[in-house]
Amino acid sequence: MVLLKMKFNQQRRVRLAQGLWLLSWLAVMCGAFIFCLGVYLKTELLRRDEVMENTEIHVVPNILMMVGLASIGTNWVATRVCQDSLDASRFPRWKVLLLAWFVVAALLCCLLLAVVVLSYVLQGRLEESLKVGLRNGIRFYKDTDVPGRCFQKETIDRLQMEFRCCGNNNFKDWFEVQWVSGRFLDYTAQEVKDRIRSNVDGRYLLDGVPFSCCNPASPRPCLQYHLTDNRAHFNYDYLSEDLNLYSRGCRQALTDYYMGLMNSTGPGVLSVILIQISVMLSLRYLQTAVEGAMALEDPEGDSEGYILEKGVKETFEEVKVKVLTMMKLAQVDPEGVPVDAEAEKAADTTAEKAASPTPAS
Amino acid sequence: MALMVVKFDLKKRVKLAQTVWFMYWFAVLAGILVLSLGLFFKIELRKRSELMDNNESHFLPNLLILMGLIACGINAFGGKVCYDSLDPVKFAKWKPMLKYFLVFCVCFNGLLLMTSLLCFLMRIPLQFTLAEGIKNGMKFYKDTDTPGRCYMKRTLDLMQMEFRCCGNDNFRDWFEIQWVSNRYLDFSSKEVKDRIGSNVDGQYLMDGVPFSCCNPSSPRPCIQYQMTNNSAHYSYDHYTEELNVWKKGCRDALLSYYGGIMNTIGALVVLVTMLEVAVTVGLQYVNSSLSTLANPEEVESESEGYLLEKTVKETFTDIMAKMKAMGKGGKVEEGGEEAVATVS
Repeated sequence: MVLLKMKFNQQRRVRLAQGLWLLSWLAVMCGAFIFCLGVYLKTELLRRDEVMENTEIHVVPNILMMVGLASIGTNWVATRVCQDSLDASRFPRWKVLLLAWFVVAALLCCLLLAVVVLSYVLQGRLEESLKVGLRNGIRFYKDTDVPGRCFQKETIDRLQMEFRCCGNNNFKDWFEVQWVSGRFLDYTAQEVKDRIRSNVDGRYLLDGVPFSCCNPASPRPCLQYHLTDNRAHFNYDYLSEDLNLYSRGCRQALTDYYMGLMNSTGPGVLSVILIQISVMLSLRYLQTAVEGAMALEDPEGDSEGYILEKGVKETFEEVKVKVLTMMKLAQVDPEGVPVDAEAEKAADTTAEKAASPTPAS
Repeated sequence: MALMVVKFDLKKRVKLAQTVWFMYWFAVLAGILVLSLGLFFKIELRKRSELMDNNESHFLPNLLILMGLIACGINAFGGKVCYDSLDPVKFAKWKPMLKYFLVFCVCFNGLLLMTSLLCFLMRIPLQFTLAEGIKNGMKFYKDTDTPGRCYMKRTLDLMQMEFRCCGNDNFRDWFEIQWVSNRYLDFSSKEVKDRIGSNVDGQYLMDGVPFSCCNPSSPRPCIQYQMTNNSAHYSYDHYTEELNVWKKGCRDALLSYYGGIMNTIGALVVLVTMLEVAVTVGLQYVNSSLSTLANPEEVESESEGYLLEKTVKETFTDIMAKMKAMGKGGKVEEGGEEAVATVS
C-alpha cells in the first residue's frame, strides 16, 4: 500500500521538474546563506577569543559552515538531476546516486536541527568559559609589561566600553584585584604602604575602577576612585548612585549578545530546513513519476508518483533485514565455512525478496 | 564634414542598440547608487548635527539625491528609446524629441561633473562648521541639567571614544573651559575657591580632562586630573607621556572621517559621469545611424553614424548664430515697420 500516491501526466511531470529546478537553486542560495551565517558567527566568537577560556561553543558555527557547504553541493546535484529527468537517455545514470542523495539530505536536516538545539544547550558552557576568561583578564589587567599579557588591559578596556559593562559580575570585582601595576606605585608613600599591609597577599587594593567602566550617560563627571567613601566627593551617595558606572557585568553582557545572535539566526535555519525537506519530497515524487513513465510503453503517458512504495512499517522492516544481512556477510571470514552456507542461504532469500520490489530503491 | 563618422550595417546597428540598452540599465543602477550615496551622506550629517550646532549645510547630499533621481529617469527613458530603435515604427515616435533629449543629457553630464567637483571642495566649509560646533559643544558639556543641552555630555563623550580624539585641537582645550557642573562643586572648600578666584570669569578651571579622552592602549591607568603636575603622580612626566590620552583633536578626526566619505562619493560620481557620457555618445550614434538611412523602410541598407553633424567649430558657430537670432527675434517688433519699409 503506497504512501501518498499522486498521478502525474507528462505536463505535470515537466512542471514538477521545472519547479523543482528553481527550488533547488533556491536551496543552493540557502546553503550559501547558512555558510555565511556560520562564518559570521565564528568571526564574532574569534574576536572575543581572549576572554573565553575554551572553544566549545565554536562547534555551532563549525557545523553551520560544514552543513552550508554540503548543502550547496547536494542541492546543485539536485538541479542536475532535474535537468536530466525529462531526458530518458540521461536519467538512468542518476538512479544509483539518488538513494545516497536522500540519505545525505536527511542527514543535513538533522544536523541543522542539532545546531538549533545545541545553541540553547551550550549557553551554560559559554557562561562558564566567559567567567573564567574574564576573571583572568581582570587579574592580568595590570601586566602591561609581561609578554603575552601586555594587551589584556587594552582588550578589557575596549570590551567594557563596547559592551557597556564593568567587571565580571559587577564593578565590585575590580575592588578585589590589584589592577594598578607596581611600576606606577610609589612604595614610599604612606597610603600605598597602608593599602598593601591591609590584606594577606600584599596587594594594592582600592575601591576604584578603571576609566572604561565610566558611563557617558551620567550627568556628572565620572567618579572612579574612592567609590565607597561618600565624603570623598561632594554631593555623592554611593548607595543611590546608579548612573556613574555601568551596572551590568561583562559576563552577562557577552552572554546576552551571543545568545541574541544565535536566537536571531534560529528562524533562518528553521526555514532552510523546511526548504530542504520540500526539495527532498519533490525530488522523490519526480524520481518515482519519471521512473514509472520510463517503465511504461508510452513514455508520454500518465504515471504515478509516491513517497514510499510500501507503508512506513513494511519499508522499515525491509531496510532492517537488508542491514542485518549486510552485517552477517561482513562476519563471514572469522567464523569459517558453516556460517558461509548459512550466509549464502540468507543472501539467496533476501535476493529473491529484493528481486520483486526493485522500484523501491 | 561630420565628426567621427562610423559606418553601420544592419547587424552593427542591432549590436550597437543592444549594447547601449544594456549600458543604460547599468546607468540606471548607477543612478540608484548616486541616490543612495546622497542619502547615506545626509544621514551621516544628521547623526552628528549636534556637534555642528545644527548649522551644517545639506546642500551637497540634497544635490546628490536630486541628481540620482534625474539620472534614473533619463537612463530608463534612454533605455526604452534604444529598445525601440530596432523597430522603425516605434522609433519614429521618439525621433522628434531625441535631439532635445541628447542636449539635456549633455547638460546633465556637465552638472554631474560639477557635483563631483563640489564633493571634493565641500571639505573647506565643513572645517569651519566643525570647529565652531565642537567648541560650543564643549562649552555645554557641563549643562546636563539644562533642557535642550542635557545630552551634550553624552554626545561628546561617545564621540571622543568613537573617534579616538580629545578636545577641539588637542586635549588642552579642556583646560580652558569649566566642564564640571556647579552642582558637584563644594564651594566651601579652599581648592574650589582658589580655582574660581584664579581667573576673571570666575570659572572652575583645572588641568584635567573627561574620562572619554583616555587611551586604552596606555600601559598605566588613565591620568585624568592634575595632568601638568608631574609631582602629583608617581613616575610621570607630562612632556614625554604620549599614550595617556588621545593626542588627536576631534575637529581633525571628524574632518578626516567626513573627508574620506566625500572623497569616495566624489570618485564614484566621476565614474558615474564617465558612464553617462558613454551612454550619451552611444545614443547619439544610434540616433544618427538611423536618421541617415536613405530609405527608412529599407532596414537592411548601410548608413553612417556620427558624433556631430558638422565639425566642432561649425557646430559652435551654428549655436552662436541661433542664440543671436533668438536674441534678435525679441527686437523684431521695434524695428519691424522700418524693415518692411526698406524691403519694399
